[in-house]
Amino acid sequence: MAAVGVFALAALVLSCKCDSVEKPSDATGAGTGSEAERSGPAAASAGSEAPGGGAGAAVSLPDSCEEELLIRPLHSGDIYASFQFRTLWDTDFLHQGKKVSHYRLFPKSLGQVLSKFSVRELHISFTQGYWRTMQWGQPIVPSPPGAELWVWFHNTVADVDGNWKELTNVLSGIFCASLNFIDSTNTVQPSASFKPLGLGNATDHRFLRYATLPREIVCTENLTPWKKLLPCGSKAGLAVLMKSEKLFHSSFHSQAVHIRPVCKDWQCSSTAWELRQTLNVVFDLYTSGQGKKEWSLFKMFSRTLTEACPLASSSKVYVDVTDNPEGELFDLSPATSVLNTAVVLGDRRTYSVYDLTQKETFGQLRSLNLVLRWKGESGDMLRPLLHAERYVAGFGLQTGEIHTLIYNNHPYRAFPVLLLDSVPWYLRLYIHTLTVTSKTRENKPSYIHYQPSKDRLRPHLLEMLVQLPPHSVTEVTVQFERALLKWTEYTPDPNHGFYVGSSVISALVPSVVAMDTNNTQERPLFSSFFPTKEESSYFVRVYTEPLLVNLPTPDFSMPYNVICLTCTVVAVGYGSFYNLLTRTFQVEEPSQPLAKRLANVIRRIRGVPLL
Amino acid sequence: MGLLSDPNRRKALTSLLTRLNTPICVVCYLAGIAWFMGLAFEPFTLRTYMSENAMGSTMVEERFPAGERALATAREFAAHKRKVGGMPVEWLVKTMQARGLEVFTQSFTRTLPFPDENKERYMVRGTNIYGILRAPRAPRTEALVLSAPCSPDNSNNQAVGLLLGLAQYFRSQIYWAKDIIFLVNEHDLIGMQAWLEGYHHTNITGMDYTPLQGRAGSIQAALSLELSSDVITSLDLVLEGLNGQLPNLDLANLFHAFCQKIGVLCTIQGKLQRGDWDTAEGYTHAVQTMMLMVLKQASGRPWGDHGLFLRYHIEAASVRGINSFRQYKTDATTIGRLLEGMFRKLNNLLERLHQSYFFYLMPSLTHFVSIGYYMPAFGLLATILLLRALDLWVQLGTPAQVTEDGAGEVEPVSINNQGVLSVLTPVVISHLTGVALYTLPVLSQETAVEHFPVSETEAVVLTAIAIYTAGLALPHNTHRFISGEGTEQGWRVLKLVALLYLAVLLGCTALINFSLGFILAITLVPAAACVTPHMPKALTALAMVLLSPGCTLLYCVFIFQELQEAPVTLPEGWMLFLSVISQGILDHSLYGSLVYPLLALLIYPCWLLLWNILFWK
Repeated sequence: MAAVGVFALAALVLSCKCDSVEKPSDATGAGTGSEAERSGPAAASAGSEAPGGGAGAAVSLPDSCEEELLIRPLHSGDIYASFQFRTLWDTDFLHQGKKVSHYRLFPKSLGQVLSKFSVRELHISFTQGYWRTMQWGQPIVPSPPGAELWVWFHNTVADVDGNWKELTNVLSGIFCASLNFIDSTNTVQPSASFKPLGLGNATDHRFLRYATLPREIVCTENLTPWKKLLPCGSKAGLAVLMKSEKLFHSSFHSQAVHIRPVCKDWQCSSTAWELRQTLNVVFDLYTSGQGKKEWSLFKMFSRTLTEACPLASSSKVYVDVTDNPEGELFDLSPATSVLNTAVVLGDRRTYSVYDLTQKETFGQLRSLNLVLRWKGESGDMLRPLLHAERYVAGFGLQTGEIHTLIYNNHPYRAFPVLLLDSVPWYLRLYIHTLTVTSKTRENKPSYIHYQPSKDRLRPHLLEMLVQLPPHSVTEVTVQFERALLKWTEYTPDPNHGFYVGSSVISALVPSVVAMDTNNTQERPLFSSFFPTKEESSYFVRVYTEPLLVNLPTPDFSMPYNVICLTCTVVAVGYGSFYNLLTRTFQVEEPSQPLAKRLANVIRRIRGVPLL
Repeated sequence: MGLLSDPNRRKALTSLLTRLNTPICVVCYLAGIAWFMGLAFEPFTLRTYMSENAMGSTMVEERFPAGERALATAREFAAHKRKVGGMPVEWLVKTMQARGLEVFTQSFTRTLPFPDENKERYMVRGTNIYGILRAPRAPRTEALVLSAPCSPDNSNNQAVGLLLGLAQYFRSQIYWAKDIIFLVNEHDLIGMQAWLEGYHHTNITGMDYTPLQGRAGSIQAALSLELSSDVITSLDLVLEGLNGQLPNLDLANLFHAFCQKIGVLCTIQGKLQRGDWDTAEGYTHAVQTMMLMVLKQASGRPWGDHGLFLRYHIEAASVRGINSFRQYKTDATTIGRLLEGMFRKLNNLLERLHQSYFFYLMPSLTHFVSIGYYMPAFGLLATILLLRALDLWVQLGTPAQVTEDGAGEVEPVSINNQGVLSVLTPVVISHLTGVALYTLPVLSQETAVEHFPVSETEAVVLTAIAIYTAGLALPHNTHRFISGEGTEQGWRVLKLVALLYLAVLLGCTALINFSLGFILAITLVPAAACVTPHMPKALTALAMVLLSPGCTLLYCVFIFQELQEAPVTLPEGWMLFLSVISQGILDHSLYGSLVYPLLALLIYPCWLLLWNILFWK
């Protein structure tokens, strides 16, 4: 009990120090408060239930957490680092009437959200940059540039849209992001592309909501709340490496939170909630290393590892050494004899494993600083079997054409992909111009789900199931017209252009090696994100780049001129025309002499005709 | 507004306008010319200023160090170019890849409608190479372009060398927010056209190209670099693009600001700025600079590789290094720093350049004339056309008002009928001549080459001139076949139509391309205002021919040469005139320049109508 108390105290001190580096504004208040709140119950339960403490205690507890870091040297010379943190908890958030109030490892803020809004599955990602599939291969956890949120609600929810609206606002507060800009104009309900990743066989897509904010900028203010959801915060374990000035000095940065129900154990007798936090970074060695290809944990993160998170049941670092079986390509130090083989994304990879819960890992210096020195040039990368790109064709501000190119690089296997396009209403898609061509021949999609947009209410949703012939490029084109917005609907920087979110391509890609469908055995976290159901194929999701489209924009600096001109035109033009049109012209009678008028008066009295 | 609705005062106004018509017209014409010449006078113009906040207050530091290495790369490039005898594609791809760029190539072929004798090309086949520097943590939505043409002769190697040097330096910086595309285009404008069409997946000129493999979102701005020597004395900024389009003035301001900061001599139209605006020489200098800009803009052709970007709403300019053997020398490092600074500022842009002017003239790099200042010069000339039209309208209306009795009611109808025919026929015939002038030269080149000892290019140009001249003989007899005798009423109606037609034409042209509209107005307006059938035929015919669009082009050629301080003799000028015609036709078919069709299909027929009036019997 005393030891844990000391730890909590140390954490308080540390948290002040860390947060003040990253974000001075909330260093004292929120940071320390939430930390104390979490470590309080943890200390209580650890003290009462498991006096032994440590890793062994987690087994008997209803919740457990694991952490791991995967480092993969990429063929382009960059380094891909992928953090995964998983918390499992067998509780029932959705149970009616019973309120879950006792939190240990699972963050309370998220738990309350789950129960309040009856969320069955929640996936949120914040990404800065675009994953370069052609240089880097497939990512472990794909995500589009900007923010992406998709949620399956429990099928007892009556007002899904109301829940969704409130949920986005709450998440906006939790993650310090502009998720409150998600409204009906950028929310869609995909019919096929986003199936639940966890347990349960929900098919009614009325309970699914999907939205992206391609413009969302991700920075330290989003990282800090994300780190606070971790069981150890950023005080111990792998999370100490997450210094924001290093994480944002990279080519790609993506952080995500995935919550889903999974099996509690290998028999799948009961379900548990899984909270998976992932952080993916690609470091560019060219810019930071003066052209030298050499990296170390210290160089990348300006920290080394000294301990595992004490609350974690497993804490491992994996380094991908597949391309280096005999050590001719690079030197990895300190060397480890523990190797692990896993099938990831249709490829059998070998990893050196460093177990942080073992004392030996840290060696004499009590710190682990992995160093990798390149010896030779790396060979060419295998082309990823599936990748896609997208662009706007044409010029002028009236019409345009969206081209989506989907590449199937498999030499002999055709496979189907699901393409999801959500286009804002101000690009009016001419859906009759939709063409799908592969190898200069028309390729008829076997399934098309199209929901037309409504101005200012909802976006276009286009989903297609397209069969990609082997070794081919499939081009999907659709023309659009740019709408004229009302002048209050323009953003403050209208000449920057308007964003169209990424297309999502989901596919079961035929695998060269047999996929591991046995979910019972212990596997690294990164290989178990997407459930695999069959051996011959694996699931891949590819995002295209977002589009930046210019709409016809009025010159906002000119209202004064416009008012002047309009008023002048109205006053001069309309005024004189109105005058001319309404005035009646008559030939004026020359006035009669007095004598004649008198005579006429007399004649009128007499009743004879006038003169 | 009692002025118009009161018949008496309206009558007084019109009678004033008809009575004083000629003096007012003369005054307007002189005032228009004087206004235009006054635009170059410095106190009347505005100083340039940076409107875009994102580029103004944020200072950047330029640190590009590797000018010497860039020149070494340029020499290597030149050696490889000589060895391959053209674009060293493999070497460039390898070099760009070594600098950490994503490299792509695009090959294109284009057959010109007839051989281009200036550049000696007919069947063009080439390859564009471009490398994309991906900005870290940017989602590939915005890009900047730096291009350098790879010309077949030995010039411009330094530009390619500097481009590669900048690519290497830019790659190691972390502050990029937009992707940067480094493009080396072959066959200058044709390659650029192919690349831009490929990038935007359009085909407007019948180019044959392979689709692009890599893109970087919407291009925000572009700079084209031309350098032909290791050391230069000044940098020239070229702005005039296709169809007289200009980039946003902020781009020129940016260039000027960095030239000032780094201390490089900068010129526009190849002319340095002078400080003495109050002397006659200073004023003449400014007028010359402005006139050069007007002439270049009026030609409607892209005066550098940047010119084709403007169609796609991409702000672009060419920077040309000039070595004129002055004392003051600038090395490649300095130019590299200048470009680095410009790119960093463009990188800071949050929106496309849109704050400053798109319509302007520049009498010097520090001063500009905005559309509000130069349009009155054209407006004064256009007023003449409207005044003459009003005069004619009143004259035509007067006899109709006289015949108030019922007896006269039948006659105007018949006159009207005849009038429509007598007006319509010359209009249709002169436009058919225009269509012939537009289509026949290129179509009939083979026939011409068979029958006459000329090359294809000469055949095209000479056919055009022949049709142009034949047009003078053709239409002025036409109305006789309809009515036997031209009436007084007839030519007045025709002239009224011609005047209004010309006013609309020139007005629309001046809105899009002020220079072209103004130059055409200077010669066509007097001709249109004065012509009647009652003048001495031979003398007026000569004046009319001298004021025709073709002769305007000839004068422009001579004036341009004079302003460029490269005066030509008459025969040389004539040869130049012929090549300008062929270039105009080529620009139209290669890049979609609109000057040739405008002149052939609209302006020339309009002038033929005036010619028709002169010979009205």
